[in-house]
Amino acid sequence: MAKAEQNPSEEQKVMKGTSAVARGVMAANPDVVSAYPITPQTGVVEKLSDLVADGELDSEFIKVDSEFNAASTCIGASAAGARAFSATSSQGLKLMSEPLFTAAGMRLPIVMAVANRSLSAPLSIWADHTDAFAERDGGMMQFHAEDVQEAIDHVLMGFRVAEQVNLPVLSNFDGFILTHVQEPADIPTEEEVSEFLPPRDPEYTLDPSDPKTMGAFARPEHWTEARYEIQRAMEESKDVWAKTVEEFKEIFGRDYTEYNGMLDTYHGDADYRLVALGSMCGTIRKVIDEYRAEGVDVGLIRPRVHRPFPTEELREALGDAEAVGVLTKEMSPGYESALAGEIKGTLYHAENQPPIKSFVVGMAGRDITASDIGAMIEETMEASAPMAFDEQESWPQLREELLADGGD
Amino acid sequence: MSESEDPYENLTITTGAVVEPNTSRVNKTGSWRQFKPVINVDACIACGQCDTYCPDQAAKPVEGEDYYGFDLDYCKGCGICEEVCPTDAIDMIREEK
Repeated sequence: MAKAEQNPSEEQKVMKGTSAVARGVMAANPDVVSAYPITPQTGVVEKLSDLVADGELDSEFIKVDSEFNAASTCIGASAAGARAFSATSSQGLKLMSEPLFTAAGMRLPIVMAVANRSLSAPLSIWADHTDAFAERDGGMMQFHAEDVQEAIDHVLMGFRVAEQVNLPVLSNFDGFILTHVQEPADIPTEEEVSEFLPPRDPEYTLDPSDPKTMGAFARPEHWTEARYEIQRAMEESKDVWAKTVEEFKEIFGRDYTEYNGMLDTYHGDADYRLVALGSMCGTIRKVIDEYRAEGVDVGLIRPRVHRPFPTEELREALGDAEAVGVLTKEMSPGYESALAGEIKGTLYHAENQPPIKSFVVGMAGRDITASDIGAMIEETMEASAPMAFDEQESWPQLREELLADGGD
Repeated sequence: MSESEDPYENLTITTGAVVEPNTSRVNKTGSWRQFKPVINVDACIACGQCDTYCPDQAAKPVEGEDYYGFDLDYCKGCGICEEVCPTDAIDMIREEK
């Protein structure tokens, strides 16, 4: 995590999150960029379009009529051997959902920046993780950035790992909170990135002089094996990712190697541990400092990677906690937070199962305040098993007075 | 088709399930057919409409002749050729086995 208290160094530049990500993408030298504008992502591809138009980036910027065609264009480009990039948010990601599952099945290493935003209805442009979690089961790797620097670096590392394991990447960063913030960040140069990221060397390409069929029909006799190969590639990607964060550290000096690059922790051995994704962790760290100053042993476990799921790492990081609180910007209507459910599942066959409470907060851009986090720390400290289903999860920011029945 | 005759049964899955060209030729889809096209060679003017519209590329000019014929290994018997033939030279006849 970049330290907010530091002044920008010589190498750092202060720019808007979307521009910084676009500059990082430029350093990866994509052959093709195709996207359709959507708030709060638009700045990423708007900047890339500028860079192409100004001759700074030698890339095909392909304008399309929709996100469906943006993703489909990336599929075609990637199948032809190109390094392809796109970016989207929310409804745009939903419209890409069908071609993205196809990209995973065709094993195409398309990398996308996803500026996370809630899904309609009601329409909202603000951040939560509903969009990313709705694409969870497609076969795309998913990363979550805490700050702008990570949003840049995850895209670069995303290309490196994607092109080795042949899976697409969704690199998530919170809409507005990270897309529209002005923050100092190291913008990697093309020279540095070319040392880290060699040219793509695909096993198969679409080439009229050597025809192949990609994404063809599979009968029940074969489909299982094709899908199993995605599962195997996801497993393999854990090792590749662990090596990638090491290589990244050597070249760029930024250290994402904790827990094989899967988790980032802050007082990770504390009695009480919060789990959260993305930008809200900045506030959580500050509140943890305050509680620790009062003698409360509380820490943070932040999954950097959501797919492949950091099963072994989370067992190690959470297994000996007194209690765990999962703060989540997504929910699965009819059950509970998907992240909380996955963490419980991952601990089920582990040695210990700490009690886990989940908290649905920060939906559609609702601010998560220090006092909100303090209250969730205190509720986590009181957690004990067994729990009834309706005790497992709460919505601490719910304004019951707004409900038609007053919450009764 | 019994399992032992399935030409794809043991197809190896490559990364992304990429398939080499022309692999579908081993699948003789003519076995699906219920009606087969029969051409009246005197009425055929060799315009090639049947070839243009055939979804299975089963209508082809007969070598050395001035009329068209059908590759019954792949013709599924859809009857599009009968519909598009401008001289009504094609009749679809029920297959008898």
